[in-house]
Amino acid sequence: MSAMLTIENVSVSYGKVDAVRDVSLEVQPGQIVSVIGPNGAVKTTLMLATMGLLPLRGRITFEGTDLADLDVEGRVERGLCLVPETRELFAEMSVRDNLILGAYSRRDRHDLQADMHDVYRRFPRLRERSTQAAGTLSGGERQMLALGRALMAKPKLLILDEPSLGLAPLIVREIFTTIASLRELGVSILLVEQNARAALETADVGYVLETGEVVQSGPAESLINDPRLISAYLGSH
Amino acid sequence: MDGTIAGFLAVDGIATGAIYALVAIGTVLIFTVTRVIFIPFGDIAAFTALTLAAIDSKKMPGTLGLVAALAILAFLTEAGSLARTRRLRQLPRAALIYLLLPLAVVGAVWAAIPFAAYEPVRILLALALIMPIAPLLDRIVFRPIASGSVLLLLVVAVALHFALVGLGLIFFGPEGVRTEPLTSFATDIAGIPIPGQSLLIVLAAIAFSLLLFLFFDFTVMGKSLRATAVNRTGARLMGIRPARSGTIAYLLGSVMAGVSGVLIAPVNTIFYDSGFLIGLKAFVGAIVGGLISYPGSAIGALFVGLLESFASFQDSALKDVIVFATLIPILLWRSFASKQIDEEVEE
Repeated sequence: MSAMLTIENVSVSYGKVDAVRDVSLEVQPGQIVSVIGPNGAVKTTLMLATMGLLPLRGRITFEGTDLADLDVEGRVERGLCLVPETRELFAEMSVRDNLILGAYSRRDRHDLQADMHDVYRRFPRLRERSTQAAGTLSGGERQMLALGRALMAKPKLLILDEPSLGLAPLIVREIFTTIASLRELGVSILLVEQNARAALETADVGYVLETGEVVQSGPAESLINDPRLISAYLGSH
Repeated sequence: MDGTIAGFLAVDGIATGAIYALVAIGTVLIFTVTRVIFIPFGDIAAFTALTLAAIDSKKMPGTLGLVAALAILAFLTEAGSLARTRRLRQLPRAALIYLLLPLAVVGAVWAAIPFAAYEPVRILLALALIMPIAPLLDRIVFRPIASGSVLLLLVVAVALHFALVGLGLIFFGPEGVRTEPLTSFATDIAGIPIPGQSLLIVLAAIAFSLLLFLFFDFTVMGKSLRATAVNRTGARLMGIRPARSGTIAYLLGSVMAGVSGVLIAPVNTIFYDSGFLIGLKAFVGAIVGGLISYPGSAIGALFVGLLESFASFQDSALKDVIVFATLIPILLWRSFASKQIDEEVEE
């Protein structure tokens, strides 16, 4: 089985400081892969670079294509979609318009209505607020909209950066349930999370990033029982 | 000043204001999507008038040469940037968009001019010829510095305006033009005469504002333009290319500037450098709208038109002084108004 996304020896630097050092990771088709670690900025940097928003050294291939030749928009057209930590919604536009623009990169727009209904089915709150400006939504609703907008693009690989950041525990659970339910769509997910336990419980494979390097990786269920990780990030039940 | 004169001045002012409104709305459109305060926008309006006048008198307008020259420059710029980023396989596409398409427009207009017997056809030819100018300038001048500060973009836009005025002198010559009125229709309301031309100007301004509104609200392309204006990063993550949005904004804006040029040409004599004042007065209107709001800009532009009309009755030598002097209190008011918003956010 060939990997969907392969990150090989990637470094990203801000000036002279290497934020990300020589990181390699893989996402197989249909897999949910979690990247956990103490420093959110490092993980975010890696995700922005993967998307083409930051320059990097090293090699990233998506379905066998070297991403170096593609700009951000080209990557989106290939089926890569990032929900950034900052959400980047169109605040002054309605929820509905945000969702419509989610499908902008798609060539087939004939089943747009059906896809919109599917998003509304997952997030009934968005249907209630469909004519409201995105900027007036609560934090949880914004995250739902950011996820919904990304789903409208029908991505092959969805990159989620800190989807639970700043949300109430009840909403965090709802978001993770939704992420887990995306398996049925066959979409691969690269999940970056501060909330290590919830992330590993949802994922198939986990990577631990410390001071810009991968220090540990493996199946999620083995990481979740790792004594060192429990004491460092997971805490005991 | 009695009621009739005031009414007459008001009609005149509204018509002038409607022309400024078209240019102001275009200015806001281009600024919100590309962050460029496109000072040469008035020049586009003036060039349209000059082009139309040339076509009317069966002469070849200088715009043909101007567009062809810009197309070649734009293609060379694009080819250079493709070579630098090792994407030369996109060269045929670049040639199609930046070279062949504008040259096709030039060729088609050139071939059609001798046969353009009807005024509406001549207007369409002039508009078609004027449309590629701003997008090509965008490719040549603004694309390479797209990530620069608003101030940098503004300074470059001012420089570009002076370059365009120089080109205007070369391509159109120093003579002023005044085209035939588009209609001889005239009516009056309550004893105040209303020329058909004024009516046409106001109707065109309303029609184009309405079309723009429909475009923004009901088409995916319009929504993608708004998205680029609201959040560039968010737009890119949805696969919306800001450069492409910019090109569409320049094309749409050019139509609005072009239409205002066509409408103003029968009323005022237009020279190669007349665009600056049109653009600047529209800019004052756009400032009233904070360079963001379309209705605000339209109202501001109408206000400028009325002010100019009444000011020129009082003292025609000082009309521009009066119009631009009002910019100061408007800017003061805007800076106070926006400060209050900031304070609300902090609470």
